Amino acid sequence: MGHIRVRNVGKAYKRYHRKIGRVAEWCGMGTHHELKWVLHDISFEINAGDAIALIGVNGAGKSTLLKIITGTARPTRGAVEVGGRIAALLELGMGFHPDFTGRQNVYMAAQLHGLNSSEIGACMQDIENFAEIGDYIDQPVRTYSSGMQVRLAFSVATAVRPEILIVDEALSVGDAYFQHKSFDRIRAFREQGTTLLFVSHDPGAVKTLCNRAILIDQGRIAQEGAPDEVLDYYNAMIARKQTSELIEQSEQLGGSKITRSGSHRAVIEEVDLLFNGVTTRAVSSHSAVVVRVRGIVHEAVEELTVGILLRDRLGNDVFGTNTFHHYSSSQHPAVGDAFQVDFAFPDLALGLGSYSITVALHKRDAHVADSYDWWDRALVFAVTPAERASSFVGVCNLPVSVAWK
Amino acid sequence: MISIISLRGLWAYRYFVLGSVKREFQARYQGTQLGVFWVIAHPLSLILVYTLVFAGLMKSAMPGHTSRFAYGIYLCSGILTWNFFTEMLGRCVNIFVENANLLKKVQFPKLCLPIIVTASSALHFCIVMGLFLIFLVVIGSFPGVIIFAMLPVLAIQIALTLGLGIFLATINVFFRDVGQSVAVIVQFWFWLTPVVYAPTILPPFAARILEWNPMWPLINAYHDIFLEQRLPAWHTLWYPMLLALVLVALAMRAFSRLQAEIVDEL
Repeated sequence: MGHIRVRNVGKAYKRYHRKIGRVAEWCGMGTHHELKWVLHDISFEINAGDAIALIGVNGAGKSTLLKIITGTARPTRGAVEVGGRIAALLELGMGFHPDFTGRQNVYMAAQLHGLNSSEIGACMQDIENFAEIGDYIDQPVRTYSSGMQVRLAFSVATAVRPEILIVDEALSVGDAYFQHKSFDRIRAFREQGTTLLFVSHDPGAVKTLCNRAILIDQGRIAQEGAPDEVLDYYNAMIARKQTSELIEQSEQLGGSKITRSGSHRAVIEEVDLLFNGVTTRAVSSHSAVVVRVRGIVHEAVEELTVGILLRDRLGNDVFGTNTFHHYSSSQHPAVGDAFQVDFAFPDLALGLGSYSITVALHKRDAHVADSYDWWDRALVFAVTPAERASSFVGVCNLPVSVAWK
Repeated sequence: MISIISLRGLWAYRYFVLGSVKREFQARYQGTQLGVFWVIAHPLSLILVYTLVFAGLMKSAMPGHTSRFAYGIYLCSGILTWNFFTEMLGRCVNIFVENANLLKKVQFPKLCLPIIVTASSALHFCIVMGLFLIFLVVIGSFPGVIIFAMLPVLAIQIALTLGLGIFLATINVFFRDVGQSVAVIVQFWFWLTPVVYAPTILPPFAARILEWNPMWPLINAYHDIFLEQRLPAWHTLWYPMLLALVLVALAMRAFSRLQAEIVDEL
């Protein structure tokens, strides 16, 4: 009980050039559609008691796969075998009816699982207590906030321990308090043998709750294994994607005019992020990395300074420095010389998230003096959770000593 | 074979069906101060308008009848059953589209939904019909045991509505125009059926064409039972009954062929 076997599952939606083509097909007059494949040949097995994380970017096919496993959608190819009762929280809510009250919806959801009124009555109080939405239980669901809907949906889905629990990103809507509470319940279920299939973009939750992860990309299984490894691979993948998107974006905006500025007497040729001497775009927090800037001098420049600026996802400056401030600006390279500067970070104490590096070449201490080259968002990289449990929240880890006084 | 399996599947969801009928009933009067009063007020006003206004004030007479309530009874027996037909059909046609949210998230037999509509519409029909029967007793025109002849006629009507409803509901998922056109067609259909007028006023050629309207013999049967207080002409009901069976078979075929695609399209 509690196993899931997915064998060679493929899913395609029919695309009609003209809607009338469908009628022609119904009447047996040829084929008028083409298949749009969203899942290709997916196979995996989940044993009872396993906790699997499904990760992947939006539109990768995770939700479609979950729909096939829960049985609301049918696979075009292959088959799914499920052993045991499934409780699923797909996207928001559980198909709540907006005009019915929370209580009526609880009854409806439970009846859909084959319970009768007296059986539901027995666990109604538990559901109310766990959801903690107070009087709202007797108000129509349309008056609920999305967080309240999730609270109620999770409480109903987990009122009776299922053999298989499927949670699709829904919990991210709840507040931290409820997330903790629901993770506790999920953990308790796991200890009692419930199989968990969990979709999340929260690396912390994936690492603590799951013992295996499956990465779905463009409808295929891209990676499968221990959560750490798969998450690292995933972060590297999105970082690559983000970088190429950012570059495309800047090209669309008019190319070098937007992201590149300056007199171009000296030019940045390459910016790279290295870990153990190897190019990377995803590093774990507190690792030792090097930001390498290489460039070439086209015309005579004085007191060449190379600066870097790290920004977070929202564009806030996180950290910036340059060679001038580190007393290494006494460079007067000759015309035609290539140069390379390494900014070595022995302990990159950044919080999780994605960051961009902006690089500038200028005279002396600030780029306002005489800017040779300014390259906005030359590189984007992701910081992933550290090996050991992280002891901080926020953008950076400040040195601190803590003592009771 | 398929139908036996799906029927067994439906039985497992009986609590859901019953619960949904109850919820719909509650939801209709939720937020009202008078609650149950409205359950009765609406149909009662309908009956009183048709019987007292037409019978009392307008003095409309039915050919061959002396009772001053004759036309009122004729009107009520036709309109109440016609309303049952259109309410059920109208809701059936949109049933998959309206419940898209549920169908996409929870796995359950989709045929539960038209059954809920049938039960819910039948419940309201029973209330209206009950009031009408009380009214007939009060005015002394209760047809007696003949009333049980209404049950087979109703069974044919429900089968016809359900067959047509599920068939159109399935098509409506892919072509939403179906739902819109049903609302329009039902308007015409009403006037092509002898509900407010007596069929005798029609010219013979029109009557011959309109005999193909399956609602015609059904409504006539209700008229026979309530106004003439006699058994309906059973042989006229063969046609709607066979048509109902054909439609149910067609609906089941269309539904089982397309049900896998319904969720993809919603």
